[in-house]
Amino acid sequence: MFAHLSPNVLWMLGGLFGLLAIASGVQWWLARRHPQRDFGELRARIRSWWVMVAVFALAIVVSPTVSVVFFGIVSFLALKEYFSIIPTRRADRRVLFWAYLAIPLQYYWVHIGWYGMFIIFIPVYLFLFLPFRMVLIGETRDFLRAAGTLHWGVMTLVFSISHAAMLLQLEGPVLPAGGAGLLLFLVFLTQANDIAQYIWGKRFGRRHIAPRVSPNKTWEGFAGGVTTTTLLALVLAPWLTPFSTAQAAAAGLLIGGAGFIGDVTISALKRDIGVKDAGSLLPGHGGVMDRIDSLTFTAPLFFHLVYYLYF
Amino acid sequence: MSERSLPVRLLRRLFFDGVVRFLVLFVLGLNVRHRERLPAQGPAVIVANHNSHLDTLVLMTLLPRHLLPRIRPVAAMDYFLRNRALAWFAREIIGILPLRRGRPRRGENPFADIDAALAAGEILILFPEGTRGEPERFAAFKQGVARIHQAHPEVPVIPVFLHGLGKALPRGEALLVPFFCDVFVGEPVDAGGERRVFMQRLEQAMNELAAEGDFPPWE
Repeated sequence: MFAHLSPNVLWMLGGLFGLLAIASGVQWWLARRHPQRDFGELRARIRSWWVMVAVFALAIVVSPTVSVVFFGIVSFLALKEYFSIIPTRRADRRVLFWAYLAIPLQYYWVHIGWYGMFIIFIPVYLFLFLPFRMVLIGETRDFLRAAGTLHWGVMTLVFSISHAAMLLQLEGPVLPAGGAGLLLFLVFLTQANDIAQYIWGKRFGRRHIAPRVSPNKTWEGFAGGVTTTTLLALVLAPWLTPFSTAQAAAAGLLIGGAGFIGDVTISALKRDIGVKDAGSLLPGHGGVMDRIDSLTFTAPLFFHLVYYLYF
Repeated sequence: MSERSLPVRLLRRLFFDGVVRFLVLFVLGLNVRHRERLPAQGPAVIVANHNSHLDTLVLMTLLPRHLLPRIRPVAAMDYFLRNRALAWFAREIIGILPLRRGRPRRGENPFADIDAALAAGEILILFPEGTRGEPERFAAFKQGVARIHQAHPEVPVIPVFLHGLGKALPRGEALLVPFFCDVFVGEPVDAGGERRVFMQRLEQAMNELAAEGDFPPWE
């Protein structure tokens, strides 16, 4: 079960559980110290983190195939949330079905490590196929809006996210902890960046950065978050990645910045539609799409950074 | 209710705990509001709007698992008993209570089976629109549910509003397309056995539940 993983990956996974234990401890201490305040939201959020980390760790540990299937399920749940909150056309039922079918195919290319197909299947073939299927149905009212929204969803929630799984296909003596090390580096830093930006913003936030899109985002939160993420990248890079110090700092800045942009992009989409959360699967967080918003931007950018530098 | 043999009971469990739960909770996914208002025991009547064959399966999944043997979806006889295989599946696996649509025959009490089921403490699932009709559109409620309330004023009638299942599997389509679906459970509707008051209150309750949601356009 663990044979395909380097000790560094197992230590990192153990460390995640350690962090969760600390978070639960702090939450318990806060609740004791301020009995009059309501920590229900925080408690729900940490409890959901326990579940997410446990499922993610299991998916990594069992086998690479299970890891790929895990990301496929994440894409499916997120795409389903997206299709359920956006306006869709009745005529497009079968088109949506094909969009869903892209998920197993895309992750199959990941599974067999066919990079050429992985990288063009959705941006080229599906991009051409979905409008063709719509033309066969023949409904022209709102055609452009439908074609645009469907493809945007598949690009962000399937194509982008599948880059995280594709990291597992990278291998070679240059990687100290295999593809799984890169994946953990990406996912941990992306989520840590979210949390760090939130905490820095909550504590020191004064000047709004995108008031019309996301009123809680501030320059202070952004700067503090990116700095924290870059420092974490510098600490973790020697264990999990082949990066030099300068490359590790660049990766930290990239994940911090792109994570922020992914977050506000999904916020803009939700504001346009008029919903607060995309779903309710993860108590305290919202839906799957709310949790992976930053990853939709960091996964492809980080993958291509590594791919450009080392493969 | 027909007594099921052990293999059929096992098959039914397997179908609901395996296939139906996977379909309803993973392939579809539910947003349930006010789940605590669902009945914990029979007799009771659950009344919902009808858009899809999935409606029945969703409502059956929402109730506690141990109640499965007591749940009876009331379903059109002409549709579900039209051939032997479907009739076996509808009666034995789903557990429908077949109802004849249209004008009752002379000397026949069309409510006899319903009265007996409620007397036996079963939970009925009823779609007063009478048909799945146009997906995601309300049709006028038929009056039969008021007759049930009049005859059994002590049995709670719980309105449930369903949204999204008509998008996932509308009438006339065999291909299921996944969507998250909304289930809003209302307070029991009571009118002390008064049929007209009951219909008014039921329709008002359904409209209020429908107004709780903010649904994306689907045209």
